[in-house]
Amino acid sequence: MTTGLYELLLRGLWLTVQLTVFSAVLAAAVAFLAGLARLSRRWIVRFVAGVYVEFFRGTSALVLMFWLFFALPLLGWQLAALWAGTLALGLSYGAYGSEIVRGALRAVPPAQREAAIALSFTPAQRMLRVLLPQALPEMVPPFANLLVELLKGTALASVLGIGELAFSAQLVRLATGDSAQVYAIILVMYFVVAFVITRAMRLLERRAKASVGRAPGRSRGRPTRVPPGAIDPAVGATATVGGGTAGGGTAGGASPGTAAAGGTATGGDVA
Amino acid sequence: MVPETPDPAAERPDDASPKADPAPERPDSPEPSGDSVGTPLVRFEKVCKRFGDTVVLDRLDLDVEAGRHVTLIGPSGSGKTTILRLLMTLTQPDEGRILIDGAPLDARARKTIGMVFQQFNLFPHMRVLRNVTEAPVHVLGMDKDEAAERAKGLLEMVGLGDKLDARPSQLSGGQQQRVAIARALAMRPRVLLLDEVTSALDPELVAGVLDVLRDIARGTDITMVCVTHEMNFARDISDLVVMFDGGRVVESGPPEALFHSPRHERTREFLSAVR
Ligand SMILES: Nc1ncnc2c1ncn2[C@@H]1O[C@H](COP(=O)(O)OP(=O)(O)O)[C@@H](O)[C@H]1O
Ligand SMILES: [Mg+2]
Repeated sequence: MTTGLYELLLRGLWLTVQLTVFSAVLAAAVAFLAGLARLSRRWIVRFVAGVYVEFFRGTSALVLMFWLFFALPLLGWQLAALWAGTLALGLSYGAYGSEIVRGALRAVPPAQREAAIALSFTPAQRMLRVLLPQALPEMVPPFANLLVELLKGTALASVLGIGELAFSAQLVRLATGDSAQVYAIILVMYFVVAFVITRAMRLLERRAKASVGRAPGRSRGRPTRVPPGAIDPAVGATATVGGGTAGGGTAGGASPGTAAAGGTATGGDVA
Repeated sequence: MVPETPDPAAERPDDASPKADPAPERPDSPEPSGDSVGTPLVRFEKVCKRFGDTVVLDRLDLDVEAGRHVTLIGPSGSGKTTILRLLMTLTQPDEGRILIDGAPLDARARKTIGMVFQQFNLFPHMRVLRNVTEAPVHVLGMDKDEAAERAKGLLEMVGLGDKLDARPSQLSGGQQQRVAIARALAMRPRVLLLDEVTSALDPELVAGVLDVLRDIARGTDITMVCVTHEMNFARDISDLVVMFDGGRVVESGPPEALFHSPRHERTREFLSAVR
């Protein structure tokens, strides 16, 4: 392999990283927006968010990408390939992320909300000062899984002709005819980026847990017991968050892997 | 979009039913503070509360005069916690209404009510001092330094002046509960609700918490509505003891009278069971 071809792969890597970062930012924003909306007191807000989540979980990011890139221009919007890819990945993975947000919020003991009401915090203050700070550390590990899935999902964007890693590898393979070597190289590249993500997220998790006064790795004990009978028993059940595996295929996989909230939240109404 | 649940004080059925019987009053207790002559600080008017088919409160009438200390007793499941939760707007009545100083209980009236929970419910992500300053700063709009000064004073009072920087998880149950008391007092409530605040504590930690509450009962004019199984404590601090069962008031009276010569068989049974 010539240096030129190596450079091609490195440029692909750089685009993959960019695509990952842009999509992750969009996905995170969408995840919080939709996750909070699904806990709204207004049914219409919950409904719209629910439709969004179900729709984007039920469609493949690949088809979405095609649609944004090839069908939208027919309606008069031409998106650059990079942004079509970002949008498709961000919306898809944001739908999964919203389940993580929702699950983590519902796992905060209801007694915390009641303590906040007893101090007359407004609903927004309850969320920002009491519930979210306790839920955030719980979100980090499943978000880490999702981010790795997203990294691998960026390979889908090669169908739009974005010269990211998988696309570049394809070109190099055509140039050299040496599939084994090229794909070995990009396997390692994906792995290195995923490894960096995992490590960084673990650090983040440790810091997030320390900031709320909990040791990392310990399973979450409920800081308070709910008095029996005082609250609907079902509300006490904690939500299942994340639990996804980081193992989906790359280029072939048409739907965003299996990360995201495996079980949706259980238990009674938040209202 | 504000997620989460409705502001519970927002709406409730309006019941224009005639005045309820005033709850029995204790004749020999000190006069309530002057601002509420004639109007009880807290009034339950024919309040009904059901959970499914369970009728927890059945047309409950209950008045609490300002400055009084009322203790609610009754068997488990008789609705004592529900009464406090209704007052704290953690749940809404199905019928009837709750008045604070003659006006319906709304978000503004709620700010005059504080509650201490059986399970403390401190905010685990905040240190002790912050637990106590957070609401005064963000709800009452108090200056940060002023809130910190007051919080330190309150924590001093409950014997935790040296734990300002501790995390709740580093404290014993008794210490956590005393922080919770300080946190509630920091909002300068006119009414303090106490729901079995020592039931979750190891026996050796109970006395410390009760002593703090005795000091508050003696040293302030805060109205207290208290649910407890500590009969000695109830006798010490209460002006009025109210016995509940089956969603209704069985009887009520000054602690000596009610504890020594209960008029109802239900009360007698309950008292002999808890002693
Ligand atoms: N959220 C709820 N859902 C269903 N039943 C409830 C709920 N809260 C309380 N209850 C029921 O109401 C009754 C009174 O409960 P509670 O007020 O906690 O009694 P107490 O505090 O006197 O023990 C009990 O039978 C309890 O099971
Ligand atoms: Mg109770």
